[in-house]
Amino acid sequence: MPKREAVALGIVAVALAAVLPLCNMLPPSSSLAVSNFTLNLFGKFLTYAILALGLDLLWGYAGVLSLGHGVFFGLGAYAMGMHLMLEIGSKSVYQSALPDFMVWNQVTALPLFWQPFHSSVFTLAAIVLVPGLFGLAFGYLAFRSRIRGVYFSIITQALALSAWLVFNRNEMNLGGTNGLADFKTVFGFPLNQPGTQRALYLVTALTLAAAYLLCRWITLTRAGKVIVAIRDSETRVLFSGYSPAAYKLFVFVVSAVLAGVAGALYAPQVGIITPAKIGVLPSIEMVVWVAAGGRGTLYGAVLGAFGVNWIQSWLTTSYPDFWLLFLGGLFMGAVLFFPDGIVGALGRLGSRVHRILTKRRARATLDGPHLSQATHVLSRPPSSDQ
Amino acid sequence: MSDRLTVLLSLVVWLAAGAAGHAATAAAPSPEIVGALADLTGDDADKREAAVTVLGRTRDPKWLQFLLALRDGSVYARTDAGKTELVVGGTRATRGDQDVIDIAGAYDREPLGTVPLTELKEVAADRKLRLAIKPFLDAGETQVQLADPDPAVRRGAAVKLGNQAAAGAAPVVEAALKKEGDRWVRHALAEALALIHLTHGAPALRAAAARTLGDLHSESAVPALQQLAADTAASPAERDAAVHAIRGIERWGLLTRTVETLFQGASLASILLLMALGLAVVFGLMGVINMAHGELMALGAYATFVVQNWFRAAWPAHFDSYFLLALPVSFLVAAVVGLALERGVIRFLYGRPLETLLLTWGASLIIQQGLRLWFGAANVDVSSPSWLSGGVPVMVGLTLPYNRVFIIGLATVSVAAMYWLLFRTSAGLRIRAVTQNRAMSSCLGVRAGVVDATTFAFGAGLAGLAGCALTQIGNVGPSLGQNYIVDSFMVVVTGGVGKLAGTILASAGLGGLTKGIEPALGAVFGKVAILVAVILFLQRRPAGLFATRGRNAEA
Repeated sequence: MPKREAVALGIVAVALAAVLPLCNMLPPSSSLAVSNFTLNLFGKFLTYAILALGLDLLWGYAGVLSLGHGVFFGLGAYAMGMHLMLEIGSKSVYQSALPDFMVWNQVTALPLFWQPFHSSVFTLAAIVLVPGLFGLAFGYLAFRSRIRGVYFSIITQALALSAWLVFNRNEMNLGGTNGLADFKTVFGFPLNQPGTQRALYLVTALTLAAAYLLCRWITLTRAGKVIVAIRDSETRVLFSGYSPAAYKLFVFVVSAVLAGVAGALYAPQVGIITPAKIGVLPSIEMVVWVAAGGRGTLYGAVLGAFGVNWIQSWLTTSYPDFWLLFLGGLFMGAVLFFPDGIVGALGRLGSRVHRILTKRRARATLDGPHLSQATHVLSRPPSSDQ
Repeated sequence: MSDRLTVLLSLVVWLAAGAAGHAATAAAPSPEIVGALADLTGDDADKREAAVTVLGRTRDPKWLQFLLALRDGSVYARTDAGKTELVVGGTRATRGDQDVIDIAGAYDREPLGTVPLTELKEVAADRKLRLAIKPFLDAGETQVQLADPDPAVRRGAAVKLGNQAAAGAAPVVEAALKKEGDRWVRHALAEALALIHLTHGAPALRAAAARTLGDLHSESAVPALQQLAADTAASPAERDAAVHAIRGIERWGLLTRTVETLFQGASLASILLLMALGLAVVFGLMGVINMAHGELMALGAYATFVVQNWFRAAWPAHFDSYFLLALPVSFLVAAVVGLALERGVIRFLYGRPLETLLLTWGASLIIQQGLRLWFGAANVDVSSPSWLSGGVPVMVGLTLPYNRVFIIGLATVSVAAMYWLLFRTSAGLRIRAVTQNRAMSSCLGVRAGVVDATTFAFGAGLAGLAGCALTQIGNVGPSLGQNYIVDSFMVVVTGGVGKLAGTILASAGLGGLTKGIEPALGAVFGKVAILVAVILFLQRRPAGLFATRGRNAEA
């Protein structure tokens, strides 16, 4: 990892993982205090950022655009949510050992697939394995038959639609349209305590840092180079003796697992998970986080997930009618004017400033052209996917 | 025609006679009726029921109207100077802090002014009373309906009589059967008569009725026939006839259901085809999946809505022909928006399909929200022209709705027009050339940009046309496009690029498959099964049904 990035990452990690929770512990009167609400909101954004990392690895590096990542997010979130529902036990409204929605739907016994979620170890494993194995199966079928480009995007979108329809059904015993909610405790700790929320936030921040390091490590390995090569010319990679399908499948599974982990951290912090998080629109919104932030950079994805959701939480409360207009504009603007996202735009601005400054210096030292050429090459936007 | 005239004339005479007969009673109501009206205000349930019977037996249309008002709960008792009088309530309003209501006389409906609601006492009609009222209203209604000039109304009345199977209705049905000329009404009348005989007739008549019902393929007679077949008191001949009839009806039912499923499959396939046609041509030409295609459909639907309102306001007399104008208007509206989209933004992104996909998705969100802000989030009401409502009965137990038939026709015409355009015109030649090899066509002087723009506009126009057609079978709302769009993407992906036949086959296959498995799996799991089927299909043919063959490693 470049030294500059490592330093920046360290600073941001300390700020997010240490400073914010500490500020949250200050008394509300203090000018530096961060309210519980804000911390919770940031926790939600951090889970989105984890998902965006995986999506960036998949789209920005491997050139595979998935419009169905809401499904993996949902799988992780529902796995966690099921455990949390069972943790409520008989403290629920109907004081039955069954989750409330099952009482409404007149389900008398806990369905078989709910049983293992009593165990927290199984739940933690399921959070990784369920999205991972589902991604493996789906990705295997898709990549083996060389479904790619727009075809792959359309198929994943159909996946999001189907999953949304299925999770909405009451007979799936997953809460139907209302989803899973009213969680009381997580692994025994009460969720309404600020301390628990802080701990969850901390776990999320650390997971994000770990996920970032994992993704960065992947991009720096030899496999990472192959993945980028697949994005730029899959056919050439194939003819060079590599199997693009295997590499793409690997990245797809990694990003599915990251999405699942993000979902699992989302459920206890937000307190509810419904099929509305799975459908076509949320899945494609996740793509715009990456597109707006700048794809193929990893930090751009994190920045995009934060920025877009921040704007969303502001717009949907202040000007609800304009949120969709803004989102649509963001899609179009990001694609048309900022193909490399905020990060790329800032980078170009920075290099222009740098060039002007170096030119001035060059005029003094008569050593201009080389430097400016070098920065030009560096600042070229990443080549687009085929 | 003369038949109908006589029916109409006799109806008029009958009504006039009724009215004339009651002109006398109206002047001085018979003591029986006065008593009945007094009983109605009382609390004794039996007496009230008897009162209803007295009023109903008069068969006077005006008393029947009164009974209707009683059933609907708009009859009130007014006590004026110690005398209780029944009135019929009309429009309610709030005047000051008081609720007031227009009232009218019970029989002649002469206006009696507006009074505060507190001065009146509602004459409530409980369930039992409503049940007592119903036969009188129905008898009067069906009698009138059986003489209606519209065959559909006559048929409905006949079916109703058959379902009620009241013994007293047999002469009425027989009389109507003699006069009836329409094939389907005759069928319904014969069925009704047989049902009445089956329920009330002598044993010999019942066996004959059972045989008749079997010959008529009467689905609604099955419960009565089953009862007869299991009836130990019935003669073996009767039971035998019933069993035979049931078997015949069930066989016929299987046939009609098969035909119906095929028709529904064809109808869904036509919808998919209408939507996917524009999408597929654009995808083949530019490699662009237009995510805003659904919203262009919604635009077409809203254009239909606007044209409809315009006709309703300006030419109410020609309301039925609004749809004929709406078709080209919706095509144009969507085509203009599509052209703007292509020239405005999409052309800058050629060769980058994934970016274009996101771009058009953004455009779709903006159009969708724009529609929501302009027309409101609720669904709007588009009424069918009269020539598209109803249906054509093709066989016993199966009526094909006109709107579905129309959509199948529209899809067929669109496909034919598309073939003609692509293979018989020079514009089509250029489109095919650019689809096959963009660079080479440009070298040979084809202006690829112009071809792109016109094709995109044409594809968008087809989406508008599809939206216009969809107003006849579904709700029109801002998210109209979202409901269908994923399905039409699946059609395009399955059909493959660049061949019209692929799109047609894929929509036929997906439409038929959906309707085929829906009865077994339900709509939701049917959709999931379709997705699985498409993924498995793409295992065999990754580039769809008809992939373009060539020395291209990317294909």
